[in-house]
Amino acid sequence: MAKRIGMEVSIAASEAVKLADVDLIAAYPITPQTHIVEHLSEVVADGELDAAFVPVESEHSAMSCCIGSSAAGARTFTATSSQGLALMHEILFIAPAMRLPIVMVVANRALSGPISIWNDHSDIMAEQDIAWIQTFAENGQEVFDLVLHAFRVAEDSKVLLPVIVNLDGFTLSHVIEPIEILDKAEVDKYLPPYKPKVRLDPRKPVSMGLVGIPEIYTEAKKATNEALINSKRVVLKAWKEFGDLFGRYYNPVESYKTEGAEVILITMGSISETAMTAIDKMREKGMQVGLVRFRLWKPFPAPEFKKAIAGAQTLAVVDRALSPGGACGPVAEEIKAALYAERGRPKVYNFIAGLGGRDVTVENFEEIVSKAFTYAKKRPKQLYEMIGVREI
Amino acid sequence: MIKELENFKGFSAKKLPLADPLASGHRACQGCGEVLALKLAMKAIGMNSIVVSATGCMEIITSTFPQTAWNVPWLHVAFENAAAVASGTEAALKVLMRKGKIPQKHIDIVAIGGDGATADIGLQSLSGAMERGHDFVYICLDNEAYMNTGVQRSSSTPYGAMTTTSPPGKKSFGQATKKKNVPAIAVAHNIPYVATASPAYFLDLMNKAKKAALVKGPAYLHIYSSCPTGWRHGGDLAIEISKLAVETNVFPLYEVIEGKYIINRKITKPKPVAEYLKKQGRFRHLTDDLIAQIQRQVDEEYDKLLKLAGETA
Repeated sequence: MAKRIGMEVSIAASEAVKLADVDLIAAYPITPQTHIVEHLSEVVADGELDAAFVPVESEHSAMSCCIGSSAAGARTFTATSSQGLALMHEILFIAPAMRLPIVMVVANRALSGPISIWNDHSDIMAEQDIAWIQTFAENGQEVFDLVLHAFRVAEDSKVLLPVIVNLDGFTLSHVIEPIEILDKAEVDKYLPPYKPKVRLDPRKPVSMGLVGIPEIYTEAKKATNEALINSKRVVLKAWKEFGDLFGRYYNPVESYKTEGAEVILITMGSISETAMTAIDKMREKGMQVGLVRFRLWKPFPAPEFKKAIAGAQTLAVVDRALSPGGACGPVAEEIKAALYAERGRPKVYNFIAGLGGRDVTVENFEEIVSKAFTYAKKRPKQLYEMIGVREI
Repeated sequence: MIKELENFKGFSAKKLPLADPLASGHRACQGCGEVLALKLAMKAIGMNSIVVSATGCMEIITSTFPQTAWNVPWLHVAFENAAAVASGTEAALKVLMRKGKIPQKHIDIVAIGGDGATADIGLQSLSGAMERGHDFVYICLDNEAYMNTGVQRSSSTPYGAMTTTSPPGKKSFGQATKKKNVPAIAVAHNIPYVATASPAYFLDLMNKAKKAALVKGPAYLHIYSSCPTGWRHGGDLAIEISKLAVETNVFPLYEVIEGKYIINRKITKPKPVAEYLKKQGRFRHLTDDLIAQIQRQVDEEYDKLLKLAGETA
């Protein structure tokens, strides 16, 4: 039976990996991901999990090792953050192209420079085009559940794509929360053993990672993209079944008090909980505001998102990454692109907040909403706005 | 002596394995010494293997979709990570066998890379994999430059050689640094087996490839791989030049078994290095002084090797 216990969120992530009975973990230390692989190294060392724990010499090799492992037919996991994710960048594209169901947790952290170990989304937003399925967790329970969901989706024969579960570094990864940990029998009901159709086997030789000449490259890219787009059906089905089994139902986007909302805040990750507190406060004051947050980021859940924001006149999109020299932050960019062709589309204002570990407070959200109301009447001069900047 | 090598008798010219993990029908240049070396090495290692290839000539010429020249499972990921990918495959197979998910049977994991993939960009991942002790064979096919991208210098390009990024000019005589000694780097990792080989001595090469596969733990094989295109020599000269490289002590053949150096073909009366250099366009610009300097370097390096092997000239 599931037990509800106080647990650090990083440990909950690795407990999910343990319960998934992974075969190989590639591990390289990087803050704030470290607690995840540290705990996994302990459960392997204690014999609680029979897996290969490969302490590689870099994140580049971590992802390379995962590809070699997954190609051999093993259930494969790694975790990283920030510079480590950036170092993997080159290899990240190759896993989905080879249709390898690797699961990775990214404890989101700012990118250098200046060097910062604290949380924002600049690491993962630099990896928009890698063709991995990506989810964002809001709290520890979601982290645990989304890791199990990730294996289930990745290894589905209709999907066979790698999955990233994003969680905010420190502000979520290092927090102790009450989390309901499923037991092995419950996990086994949800997650069948991984049985690859194709793997590296001398009895049945295959070549993987061949040269894509111009006559085939476009078609190969199209096939990967279609697989990613079509994965959404399995993502939804796997969430439905998770809910039916364990009572926690998840959606690609979640709405909070959006009924009759004139302004809707758009967030991702753990700041959504602070945003909800801000919404409660503003609603008490009679302000018509609500919140929509993404749980599924890639493939972009356009229909669900459009449905969630229907009726709102104004969207206040909070980005936790800067797109230097660009028209707006990466989340706002995606939303604007998705809404451009819609009739009667809402106005979209973009706010960059919480870079490099800067707190995003209830007051910040109130400021953002208040600005959005103002801009709805009087168009702002700038394309986007940075919140909480200390001017000297 | 390593236990696994005790019963290995060696290949004979009359009794070579019939099966070819690397089939003919690949797209290598005419007279390529590298593909010949790879074919021989894989013939020796055999069909019960999985090959992980770095980006390079051998990857390009054997894997143009929808064709493949590989009769064994083959995986290519990127330029610098063949050893890291092979680590994952090796560790995964071990755990899958332990858990009973696949049948218990030894499979040889072979990672291959050119000199760029080995001595330069992939040195870190190779070092990591050797240090972690994965049971795999790493084969460096050394054609002494980045041939796949059009003959640019690598850290394995020999002193004085002309490449497109080490061109001779008014202020240059070609490659200005000495060839990086990757076998010595491998030896420094305390791995059980390191060897050099040449396709001109094909039984020696095949025996070494098989021994590398037989030993438990990491094995490193550095194979001389002549390149008619990059070295500017005739397509019929790969073997002749490969042989000269050994006879002049430019590329000595040796093994390092558990740290112990053994010179397999001791050259007591080496031919002058000039004989080797003059057959190749890449050394055409060298003056007599430079040739004499290269001769001194070769002699010094060979002396060092003799000392390591506890031998005298």
